[in-house]
Order: sequence, then C-alpha cells, then structure tokens
Amino acid sequence: MKKYFTNLNFSLGFALSFVVIAMAVISFAWTPYKPNAMNARHRLEAPSISHPLGTDQYGRDTLSRVMVGAVNSIVVGLVTVAIGLSLGVLLGLISAYYGRWADESIMRFSDLLFGFPAILTAILITSILGPSAINAMLAIGIFYIPVFARLTRAVSMTLWEREFVAAARASGASEWAITIRHILPNILSPLIIQGTIQFAVAILAEAGLSYLGLGAQPPHASWGRMLNEAQTFMDISPWMAIFPGVAIALAVLGFNLLGDGLRDTLDPKMVKVR
Amino acid sequence: MPEHTLLEVTDLVKHFPVGGGLLSKPTSWVKAVDGVSFHVAKGESFGLVGESGCGKTTLGRLVMRLLDPTAGTVKLDGKDITHLSRSALRPLRQQMQIIFQDPFSSLDPRMKVEAIVTEPLRAYDRIPRGQRREKAVALLEKVGLRAGDMDKYPHEFSGGQRQRIGIARSLCVRPKLIVADEPVSALDVSIQAQVINLLDDLRVEFGLSYVFISHDLSVVEYMCDRIAVMYLGGIVETAPADVFSVNSRHPYTRALLAAVPLPDPQGQVPPAPLDGDVPSPIDPPAGCAFHTRCPYVHERCRIERPVLAKTGERHWVACWLNAGAGFSV
Repeated sequence: MKKYFTNLNFSLGFALSFVVIAMAVISFAWTPYKPNAMNARHRLEAPSISHPLGTDQYGRDTLSRVMVGAVNSIVVGLVTVAIGLSLGVLLGLISAYYGRWADESIMRFSDLLFGFPAILTAILITSILGPSAINAMLAIGIFYIPVFARLTRAVSMTLWEREFVAAARASGASEWAITIRHILPNILSPLIIQGTIQFAVAILAEAGLSYLGLGAQPPHASWGRMLNEAQTFMDISPWMAIFPGVAIALAVLGFNLLGDGLRDTLDPKMVKVR
Repeated sequence: MPEHTLLEVTDLVKHFPVGGGLLSKPTSWVKAVDGVSFHVAKGESFGLVGESGCGKTTLGRLVMRLLDPTAGTVKLDGKDITHLSRSALRPLRQQMQIIFQDPFSSLDPRMKVEAIVTEPLRAYDRIPRGQRREKAVALLEKVGLRAGDMDKYPHEFSGGQRQRIGIARSLCVRPKLIVADEPVSALDVSIQAQVINLLDDLRVEFGLSYVFISHDLSVVEYMCDRIAVMYLGGIVETAPADVFSVNSRHPYTRALLAAVPLPDPQGQVPPAPLDGDVPSPIDPPAGCAFHTRCPYVHERCRIERPVLAKTGERHWVACWLNAGAGFSV
C-alpha cells in the first residue's frame, strides 16, 4: 500500500476522489438544507455563514445540491463503467479467443461506435429514448463497450499465446477454466486502470448531457444541470456557476489522477513480473 | 521390437498457412513438420536436435496434441490419439506432460506456486485443499525447492528455480512421457547442469520417458539414449547416443558435430563447414532438403528425396550417399 502513496498522482487523485465520495456518502445522512427546499427570501445569495456556497434562483442551498450532485455523478460513473466492463470484457474475450469472423465483426462494430462523435450520438440516443438520468447512463455506457472490448482483446490475445496457457491445456484444463483461472486475473490491472479513467470521463459526459437537459431532470440535483441553470444568472450571481463547475473539475481531475497513479504503480510491477 | 513402445509417431505432418484472411485463401504453407516418424520406448530418453526453425518445437507440440496435425498419427501406449476430441483426450493427458523452454512465460505471474504446481490435478478430480498442499510440498521438495516457497509468486524466483517449478508441475500427475522442449537453453550454464541432473534423476525415480528437444548436442548426448537429427521438418538421422558422436553418417549430422567445440586437442578433423542458411520451409528444396548446403551433393539428391534407411543397430539415415556406394568423409 505504501508504494501507492509515494506516487504523487495517486495520492492527489486519491485525496480528491475521497472528498467527492465522502460528500456523496455524507449527503445520505445529512445535508445543511434539504437540497430541493426552496426559500424565496434567500434567492441568488453569495456565500455566507448560513449558506457556505450561496443559493440559487429558488433559494436552494448550493452546498446541499453539490453534495447530492456528487451522488448523481458517482452513480453515473459506476453504472456506465459497469455496462462497459461487463459487455466490453465479454466481447473482447470472445474476439480474442475465436478470432476470424467473430473478431472481425466485433472489432468493426467497435470501429463503428468509435467513428461517431460520442456526445452527438449520446444526444441522439437520449432524444430517441427520452431525456432521463437512466437513458444518459445507457448512452454513455454503450460508448464504453468498445473501449473495454478493445483493451480486453489486445491484452488477452497476447495472453493466449503465452506458454502457461499451453501448460494449462497440456494439463487438460478446459478453455473456460483457462479463461477464468489465467486470462481474467491477468487482464484485471489494465481493466481497473481503464475503469478509473472512464469513471472520470463519465462524470464529465453526464455533466455535459445534463447541461443540455438530456440527463437528470429537475428538480433532481446534478452538476451539469446546476451549471445550465446558473448560466442565466451569471451576471448577478456567478457563485451559482462556479461551485458546481469546480466540483466537476475536481472530481474529473481526481479520478483521472487516480487512474494515472494506478497505472504508474501497477504497470512497472507487471513489467518486472514478465 | 523387443522393448515396449510408449510413443509412436508415424508420418506426422504440420503445415501452417501463410497469409490469407477471412475470405481469401492462404497464399502458401510453412511446412514446419513434413513427414516425421519415430518411436520412444518406455523409460527411454529420445533426443531431438536441429537448428532453430527446423520444426522440433512444433513436433513436440504435435505429440502433446497442443497443435492438430495436418496428417499422420500419434499413438500413445498403443492408443491412437491423433483425432481424439479435447474431452476424450483429457484423461490421457495425465500420461504426458510438457516442460517449456521459457521459465518466465510458462508460469502464470498471478498464480502462487502451490496453484501452479497442482494445476494439472484440477482438471481431473476434486481434491481437497489439504491434500493439494501436501502434494505440492512433496513435489517441490522433489525438485529441490522448499515447502516455504509454496505461497510465493513466480517473480520471486530465479530462472533455474522457475524451471524447477515447471518440472514439478509436469510431474504432478505422474506422467509416463514428458516432452521437454529446450528445458535448459534459457538457463545459465551452471544452472543447466543442475536441471539436467535433476531431469536425469527423475527419469530413474519415476520411470519416465523423455522426448528431449534441444539445439545443444552435448546436452542431448548426455541426456538421451537415442538421438534424432531434424532438418527442415524432417528427421535425417536417428542413432543410439553412443554411436551418434563417433559413427554418424549424415553429412548434416557430421556438420553439427563438427560445430560442437570439443575439449579434446586430438579431435577428428572437422568436415567442411556448412555454407549458407537453412532454406525457407515455405518452399523447401526438391529432393533432399539438405542438398543446397551439402558438400557431397549428387545429381540424385536434387531430384529424389531420400528416406530413412537402416545402416546399423537402431541406426537410420536418410541420405543417398549412405544408400549407394557407401559414405566416407
């Protein structure tokens, strides 16, 4: 564990991510105010003792909404990465193992998904399925499938050529047993690293979709949505935009650094092991 | 044949496709193994030597059924295993195991030694964890490692120790035949000797037969009862080890032997060294595959391929010189 924290990227990323996750966890038990409670007397206020991050145009407490927004962002990160991982790893394994037409069709399908501008297609998907938090997650998650499929394919293809796989075959292990026992444990670290980075990307993507009104619907708090609402009042109350913006930036930065740090610390070991 | 034959390989062929894609046919074929026959008796150590690329590793993997042959048959203990399905092959896999060349690639970096060594057991029956550990301890001690090494990962060991782990794994199911694919060529010379002696001791103790693949003649001469020399996917000469160095007949074997540095200052005069490279196995020469480099090449060698002919007790040579007026260097 010590070697992780000697890495600056990891330590910084861990600290930032920890703050975001802590905010989300605390928000379940306590927020300074009810996140959706309006208060007409305290609209568009600057930060003060009673409202540390100010209030919005309905007098809702920004700190409370940022905290609840953290939950939203984390759920989006988890769900999209879960969609991408489960289907991507499955397709990647199939692609690497069967090769030939299975590989060709899966990889061309991946190219197809990669070929579209992600945000445009996400807009397309959400406008077909209707704007909602769940559809936004689906749209982002679908784009993660080829990311994980390609990674899984690339890493497991080289693994299937290794001699320990031949040794397992010579011992009579079934292909399924080899996949579970040898292939999956060996692709775990790159998948964890990629998953952390995609988590950060998902937070940004969801903020983008929510900003466009295609993600979380009002009055549900989401950082992107908060930015969108704030933009009307930029002249009067810039605070409304600054804090959700800072939250997005720090969360994305945090999970990215965490991923980079994991890569720095996990990869050299893997090189040494090989 | 008086001795009991454990492994019998007949006219084994393996061609690998070159080029070609999803819809297009391969443009050509690499003839990695091209009609090889040999047998290994119970308890015998059979050496396969040849330059890199001559097909010896492919041959080893064909014997193990890690690759499917293009043609020919492999019989293990009298049973034809050439066309057995993967599941039908499974029970027979206990009788044959393989040791690999690269001790780094042949052990899963994410597995502990105990799991690696006992992996062959897992394919057959459910063995309680306690018994597996006992077995692993016994195996590790047999190959000169300690019981305390069981919970370590492969990267904590040296190359020689890793190779010992690989050997322990191959012994786990008490096989009759072990295909050792260059088991020492990745190791330091001093470690090589240790591992070779270990393999030799284990042969006696477990009554093993080896197919010992190597490019190192001195190792093979020391380890093996009988030696076969491969060139471009075919066996050119088989001879008992004691005959091999003094009375080998094939010009290629002589050239290989001449290339071994002898510690004897009164050693024989080496024959003419070989020129050129091994021809491509995609388009091997017609007739005798060796004719492009042979110092004694005849007209006949370019046209007709010589087959293995008996020249002495358990001594077979595929060379027209030998079949005709006799061979002298």
